[in-house]
Amino acid sequence: MEVERGEFVFLVGASGSGKSTFLRLVLREERPTSGAVFVAGRDLSRISQWKVPHLRRQIGTVFQDFRLLNNKSVFDNVAIALQVIGKPRHHVMTTVPETLEMVGLGGKEKRLPHELSGGEQQRVAIARAFVNRPAILLADEPTGNLDPTTSVGIMRLLDRINRTGTTIVMATHDDEIVDQMRKRVVELVDGQMVRDQARGVYGAER
Amino acid sequence: MRVRFVLSQIGNGLRRNMAMATSVVLVTFISLTFVGAAILLQMQVANMKDDWYDKVEVSIFLCPGDSFAATCAGGEVTEQQVEEIQGVLASEALSDYVEEVYVETQEEAFVAFQEQFGDQDWAQRITVDQMQISLRVKLVDPELYQVVADEVAGRDGVEEVVDQRSILEPLFLILNRTTVMAAGLAALMIITAILLITTTIRLSAMSRQRETSIMRLVGASNLFIQLPFMLEGAIAALLGALLAIGGLWLGVRYIVEDWLAGTVQWVNFVSTSDVWLIAPILIGIGIALAAISSLVTLSRYTKV
Repeated sequence: MEVERGEFVFLVGASGSGKSTFLRLVLREERPTSGAVFVAGRDLSRISQWKVPHLRRQIGTVFQDFRLLNNKSVFDNVAIALQVIGKPRHHVMTTVPETLEMVGLGGKEKRLPHELSGGEQQRVAIARAFVNRPAILLADEPTGNLDPTTSVGIMRLLDRINRTGTTIVMATHDDEIVDQMRKRVVELVDGQMVRDQARGVYGAER
Repeated sequence: MRVRFVLSQIGNGLRRNMAMATSVVLVTFISLTFVGAAILLQMQVANMKDDWYDKVEVSIFLCPGDSFAATCAGGEVTEQQVEEIQGVLASEALSDYVEEVYVETQEEAFVAFQEQFGDQDWAQRITVDQMQISLRVKLVDPELYQVVADEVAGRDGVEEVVDQRSILEPLFLILNRTTVMAAGLAALMIITAILLITTTIRLSAMSRQRETSIMRLVGASNLFIQLPFMLEGAIAALLGALLAIGGLWLGVRYIVEDWLAGTVQWVNFVSTSDVWLIAPILIGIGIALAAISSLVTLSRYTKV
């Protein structure tokens, strides 16, 4: 299958159907036993181990469990993504607040993750994934731990990010969201793609 | 930005693992102290050899009139025998080993004897005739004494060959044994240090697994993730090395220079400048310890 630049794709399927593995393959955390994975035009089997970090800098990732650093402030949690790739200080000082503003967390820079609601924590994670303006955003059940209303907010945010030209691949169980968004849906069963539907819905009509 | 970030990472790591870091510092301190002590002991041995081997000589005592040695059966050594032995020492086979030969006549031996014991009653009754002719041989390399001794001993007219060096040997033996002991303890402590540093880095890496996984996720390079851990180990080992140098310096300054050198004046002791000489070696070993341990650990625990 192929995902075009700037597309928004839902990956659906039962647990264990291979959604997360799909995302891990794109991040080159796993390598395919057969076949090839191309990301941003590059064959992942051909890039050397030490170039993998450069690949990951072009990909933002969001998880169900947020994966924030609990002892660091919101600002630091987002800033770390720029710091580890050696961005200059003034760049960090301007970009991080901008991005936090964009995800709707303006003014909460100094909070610690446990002082925020689940939805806000996920926004921090999205800010961290997006602060480097990656071409691709991978989301592994980003709404899995959130209530429906909060989830809708998160989806609006992801939609806005998608409109900036960022390709988004989102693995999810959330049928309501998939049905609402009417984006391309790819369904996996036991690692095989069984459906690829433009403007699709969660449950297949077949 | 990067430097500051790495530094803050190191600070966090050291603070969180204070007890472990301290134990790494102490273990490196002790192991490097033993390494340094072994090196200093060997320097002391070398010092003493330099000093004394210049002065020691091989004495070939020739038969006096009343000797019972088998080679002296022919009575007192003759002029001809003396020349013969001198000939042997000057021969091609020995010329590489012998630097200088000096014949001490009965008269000279008598003068030396009187100088040493002249004030004693019994010494007054000794006459020149009772003194012994001897050849004093200075060797190029005092350690090769045996070559000369084998060649000369047992010849007619030679009563005994004495190596003055043998008087010093027991002392060197003690120093060498002590060195071996210090080196053995150093080796044990170094193994302990490596195991401890490995464990410390592993713990540190495990306690920060979440953090490193996130850093990896946002595209931090391997080196960037591992550097703080490596530097943590290196800093701890470096502190240990500095403590060891300080400890050795204090030991040499107050035990050797102030006390031993004042009490035993005929020995040229190692000094604090020797400690500075071996300081870079100790620091090098300390950092190598940390580097080896972290390479081994990190390649396993913080893979991309």
